[in-house]
Amino acid sequence: MTETKKAKPVPASNGTTNGAAPLEGYAPVMYDIARENADEMKQHYYQMVLLRRFEERAREMYTKAKIGGYCHLNLGEEATIIGLMAALQEPDYIYTNYREHGYIIARGVEPGPVMAELFGKEDGISGGRGGSMHLFDASKHFMGGYGIVGGQCPLATGAAYAINYKGDPGVVLCQVGDSTTNIGAWYESLNLAALYNLPVIFFIVNNGFGMGTSVEEHSSEPDLWKKGDSFRIHGERVDGTDVLAVRDAARRLRERAEKERKPAIMDVVSFRFIGHSVIDSDRYRDQAEVKANRLKFDPITKFEQQLREAGMIDDAYVKEIGDRVEGEVQAAIDFADKSPAPKMEDMYQYMYATDVPNIISDAERELFEARLSGGK
Amino acid sequence: MPELTLLEAIRQGLDEAMAADARVFVFGEDVGRRGGVFRVTEGLLDKYGPLRVIDSPLAESVIVGACIGAAMNDARPIAEIQFADFIYPAFNQIISEAARIRYRSNDDWHVPLVIRAPYGGGIHGALYHSQSIEALFCHVPGLKVVAPATPYDAKALLKASLADPDPVLFLEHKKCYRLIKGQVPDGDYQVEIGKADIKRQGSDLTVLTYGLMLHYSLEAAEVLAGEDIDVEVVDLRTLRPLDTATILASVRKTSKLLIVHEDNLTGGLGGELAAIVAQEAFEQLDAPIMRVCGPDVPAMPYAKPLEEAFLPSPATIADAMRVLAAY
Ligand SMILES: Cc1ncc(C[n+]2csc(CCOP(=O)(O)OP(=O)(O)O)c2C)c(N)n1
Repeated sequence: MTETKKAKPVPASNGTTNGAAPLEGYAPVMYDIARENADEMKQHYYQMVLLRRFEERAREMYTKAKIGGYCHLNLGEEATIIGLMAALQEPDYIYTNYREHGYIIARGVEPGPVMAELFGKEDGISGGRGGSMHLFDASKHFMGGYGIVGGQCPLATGAAYAINYKGDPGVVLCQVGDSTTNIGAWYESLNLAALYNLPVIFFIVNNGFGMGTSVEEHSSEPDLWKKGDSFRIHGERVDGTDVLAVRDAARRLRERAEKERKPAIMDVVSFRFIGHSVIDSDRYRDQAEVKANRLKFDPITKFEQQLREAGMIDDAYVKEIGDRVEGEVQAAIDFADKSPAPKMEDMYQYMYATDVPNIISDAERELFEARLSGGK
Repeated sequence: MPELTLLEAIRQGLDEAMAADARVFVFGEDVGRRGGVFRVTEGLLDKYGPLRVIDSPLAESVIVGACIGAAMNDARPIAEIQFADFIYPAFNQIISEAARIRYRSNDDWHVPLVIRAPYGGGIHGALYHSQSIEALFCHVPGLKVVAPATPYDAKALLKASLADPDPVLFLEHKKCYRLIKGQVPDGDYQVEIGKADIKRQGSDLTVLTYGLMLHYSLEAAEVLAGEDIDVEVVDLRTLRPLDTATILASVRKTSKLLIVHEDNLTGGLGGELAAIVAQEAFEQLDAPIMRVCGPDVPAMPYAKPLEEAFLPSPATIADAMRVLAAY
């Protein structure tokens, strides 16, 4: 039997242990929870619980065959997502990879149309044609989940170029996974972003693994925040299980990108709770260790603890949020269940803006139409 | 003879090839500890070690490019592209480098490289896990493109691809991986690259097809047999170079041609097949050449009914056979 891979330990917030000096690469964590706005904190908590429950139930729906194909969950990345989204502003554009359910919900899209997309239904946010990996919402400047690894990097860079070019407000957020920092498109984008002073933040969700390959195995520079060095791009590492640490770092770098037109790299460390996708058995990781790490690096219990200690929430509140979220996610599932399948005619929709002939002859058309109705 | 799935046959072929030739190594994303996304390479890491079964970084361009370089230096690399949909970052390496080095170097250098790629739909993989990429590569002189549909053919053609002194793109239909089973001899036996195979003899019309569509066409042919229509089904097996002799002999015999592929219609391999037959066997044709192909939409949609409509089915293939037979 091949050895399973040791999961990389996630450092404590700030990279410090017991008041020691911050680890290399970490920005100092400045927040004091006691001075935070309690309503905002509760909102973050609620959102994190919502994402968690959404993903857990999506996983369940997959086992019930309501969802098929490839479905990647954000379990363990709730603080990373909510912290980031708290820092972004309305005009900002967001590009992500295929592990994006949480991002689009946190950006303000209702869970219903997201779940309906996972179900492949007409009311899905992408009309059911994309599924889990291809969520889009132009009105929210959510520029899509990208199924091709690295596909989003040049596009995000170009979007930042357009912002500069037009003098628009806002920045571009380019989310990638740790493993994505090995593909050419990533490096080509970094160079352009630095060369042309583009307001883009490359946000690495460093969950320790690209599928079954650990960061140490896939990247000759495992300190991913340093990967911009030769492009003169500033990078820093953030504890991705600390929602406020992520928020603060993202805020600071966002403002810098907007005001000073400087790209940045954020290396946001968390722990991937389950396999790469719902159907990945995760056999390549030591399961006892995975289990222990799930408890140790659970961003929700961590934040809950912080809020309890600050006297902002109590048992009753935790229960209230649990119930509320349960109802909301169930409503999303019901919405998805009730939504009809996409119409066959929609197959040919949205290929071009103009009328482009796509069928050779009437005979050909007849055959295709017969096929769309399941054969003669 | 043991019965294996298509996937097991490919795995056995890889195993035997690695055992027989120390120059053979496997390079690709998660091919080692994880045994590949589809588990084709499962067990190989334990047997041959991390120098020969290599979990590459996520970087298709250098996966293929490094294999080209290694192949030129007397290794026998097998590059795995996790899904054919992800091959495009390596497109430049394959087309500009691998396919042209023999010609460009005036025969000084050559590239004995195999690139394995699971392709095709029907597994609910949506837009970027379902594509058929063959037409793009069949257009390229200097490349060979192989697409076996049965376990027997797959193992032998994998060996033939490895023995070939030039680059071969080896396409594995992912829906066939576990669906298709068949007898596979242990050890070596021969199936040549460039040879089609008549999988069903018939006299009324010829079907040219490959991959998953071979199985659907055979199913449709069985249905038509019940209607007294006798269909010949030719499995192309190699898509470049095409076995024009077998293709033309079959069409000359039946005088009617139906082409079936899952790849979309326009610019697909069917166009080339039709042109060859029109040029060489025009006089023997009794009906217009027909095609049943994937529709010209940018990618296979996720929603189940749309995916089903995208893929030609035994029923829609049978419809076309009837139209042609009645002509
Ligand atoms: C170009 C390309 N190559 C390979 C894949 C297959 N693939 C999808 S996700 C993945 C691992 C990515 O890991 P990482 O970037 O760390 O992101 P994570 O999944 O951990 O969020 C691979 C190999 C792909 N989708 N696109």
